[in-house]
Amino acid sequence: MRTRVLTILLLLGAAAAPLAADARSDAKKQVQFGIAVAQRGLWREAIYRWERAVQIDPKYAEALNDLAIAYEHEGDLDKARVAYEKALEVEPNNALIKQNYELFKEINDRTTRKDTQDSQDNQNP
Amino acid sequence: MTGRLARIRRTARTTRILSSVAAILFIAGCTNYYEIPIETPIKPKLDVSAFQRVLVAGFIAGGTDDVDGNLETTRLLRSQLRTKSDLRVIDTDVLPLMDVAAQESAPQEAKAEPVKSNNSGAEGEAKSEPKGEAKAESKGEKGEGPQAATPDKPAAIKDAKDLEPYEHVFADVEYWKKIGEEYQNPLIVTGTVMFTPHQRSGIVQREEEVYDSFGRRRVVPVRTYMERKGYILQPKFVFIDGRTGTVMHSENFREEVLYNANQSTPALSSYFELMDRLIPSFLSTLSSQKIKGTRVLLQ
Repeated sequence: MRTRVLTILLLLGAAAAPLAADARSDAKKQVQFGIAVAQRGLWREAIYRWERAVQIDPKYAEALNDLAIAYEHEGDLDKARVAYEKALEVEPNNALIKQNYELFKEINDRTTRKDTQDSQDNQNP
Repeated sequence: MTGRLARIRRTARTTRILSSVAAILFIAGCTNYYEIPIETPIKPKLDVSAFQRVLVAGFIAGGTDDVDGNLETTRLLRSQLRTKSDLRVIDTDVLPLMDVAAQESAPQEAKAEPVKSNNSGAEGEAKSEPKGEAKAESKGEKGEGPQAATPDKPAAIKDAKDLEPYEHVFADVEYWKKIGEEYQNPLIVTGTVMFTPHQRSGIVQREEEVYDSFGRRRVVPVRTYMERKGYILQPKFVFIDGRTGTVMHSENFREEVLYNANQSTPALSSYFELMDRLIPSFLSTLSSQKIKGTRVLLQ
């Protein structure tokens, strides 16, 4: 009985590895295609491809990074932040993702920064 | 024995260096990356969708007499808004805000008729139909004349503290509402502008060319004591809703430029140099901007 269970588990494990590899391989194809179209300026199509890649493999940090860049380019800064943060969760030591995130934060902080004086102060002096 | 130990240490060090280089090459080889230029659109800080028109009303200005901060700022902002925003810029004479503010601070009778009692001429100009920028400017300059002749002429503004007695004019809802009605409820841009001369001395690092004995040129940093002079520009932009007369938003800026004391730079040229630096921030309050940059796509 114990031998049977072990055999089944081994078979399942052996089958799961190629499946995961297949998922990454499929996601990679989407990412590659996304990069090609982004380089031609087709950012909407790139977003579609990278979203597909992240659906296929949610732990694909590079796809999340690319998606964040595309959101940034489209002005969707909230979505960009979420995607960058997810990418860094998966690969916290990836220097290139960190660099992209730092540059993004610089712009994002500029837009959300409270200016020296707020209008509220003037309306209710 | 000592020689053998040294050789072992050298070998270990070489191995460490080689393995580090190999690791870097491996990482670089494995990571496919592509630099890509992007343009991030930034939404304006202020929602001005309710306005079709913008009136740069004028500024309470002080500092050096070499530059008329009121006229120059009004003219510059109008021309920038004309080309870089979707709002229609109203061309009219510059409002005599200092007089208005001084009058509001003055006794009762002046308060009852805020503008007309003392500046009917100037007010008439403000209410006139659009006449073109050049004409407006020349009239604005004339507007300074009567202002100087009035008995309760405001004291010269030499520093930021001198501006304080005039700042209440921006909170005068009735006055701005009236101006708003006059110009079909535009977005009103006004504020204060301080443009003051400034000088500072101290150690400055600059680059100097040196040639070595072989005649090769090198640029080296040299620290020298220098006397420098320049200007400080401190504008405050106030955005008023012409429909209600209330302040929607205000922003303070500070820019400074210093030149070598021997260098003679006209005040007006320094003024434009400093305004150039803060115009993008001013525009980003009203209209969307695109920030260019590069990112790295990964595979």
